[in-house]
Amino acid sequence: MASTTINPTRMELTRLKTRRTTAIRGHKLLKDKRDELMRQFLDIVRLNKELRQKVEKKLMEAHSAFTVASAVMSPEMLEQALCYPKQSVSLDMKFKNIMSVNVPEYTFHTANDDPSEIFPYGFAQTSGELDDAVEALSEVFQDMLELAQVEKTMQLLAQEIEKTRRRVNALEYIMIPEYEKNIKYISMKLDENERSNTARLMKVKDMMLEEQVQKAEEKKRLRAQERHAAQQ
Amino acid sequence: MYKIAVMGDRDSVLGFRALGLDVFPCEEAAEARRQLHQLARNDYAVIYITEQLSSQIAAEIQRYKDEVTPAIILIPGKTGSLGLGESALQSAVERAVGADIL
Repeated sequence: MASTTINPTRMELTRLKTRRTTAIRGHKLLKDKRDELMRQFLDIVRLNKELRQKVEKKLMEAHSAFTVASAVMSPEMLEQALCYPKQSVSLDMKFKNIMSVNVPEYTFHTANDDPSEIFPYGFAQTSGELDDAVEALSEVFQDMLELAQVEKTMQLLAQEIEKTRRRVNALEYIMIPEYEKNIKYISMKLDENERSNTARLMKVKDMMLEEQVQKAEEKKRLRAQERHAAQQ
Repeated sequence: MYKIAVMGDRDSVLGFRALGLDVFPCEEAAEARRQLHQLARNDYAVIYITEQLSSQIAAEIQRYKDEVTPAIILIPGKTGSLGLGESALQSAVERAVGADIL
């Protein structure tokens, strides 16, 4: 922007002034958007942190239950027991609009509604520890899904905030100062032209006056000479 | 209708099969990378991946960060949490705010 030459004309000045007004208005709007996004983002970050800690803690419990189960049972048996799940989960995704950012909202459907149907094996050949482990996992699953939703929302918001922040800064520190500078340059140049024009007019007026005075004096002198000649 | 996938080492993810999630045991980075792209193309809206595996394919996960689907969520594996999930949270905050404010 800085390297381009600008025409110091009134038309250019008017154009720049409208662009500056637009830029200032856009800057204000984007700044409001950024502030609101930031407010929402911080809430979500806090929620995300809590959820993550909860999920990680519960998952570790489930994992240790599984370790116990696999210690009691042979790996082949374990594999066999979990091989054919009774339950199946499908996910429904809706979108929520937060300050023009589309964030996902998940709801899941289980094919089998009975909560006791999570065990895909007969109880005769498996250990009770495996039941505990599977139960622990199914408990944590709801939170895991919420974590997924919150974490994705957070990532998308972070991206949007970064973008908005860059725009706000570009307007505030580059575009608007640039317009101000150019407007100042043009108005200075126009004023300067105006002054030089006035000075030139004054000079011309002076010259014309001087000429007239000279002419008048010449006439006077001539008339005096004529009068003198007539008297003689 | 979307689906949910779980990726990671066999022992960590086996249990999720009982819940009816689609489980993809992966041990190696190259295999995991290929699997991840495949899942992303095939209607998987949420992919859970163990931190141990995710540390090997961080670049791929980064690629899906700005996409709406899939949401790739890190979970601790059998050997415990590496703190990668927390640090991802922190880097997102840093990206948005410009400083670590937590």
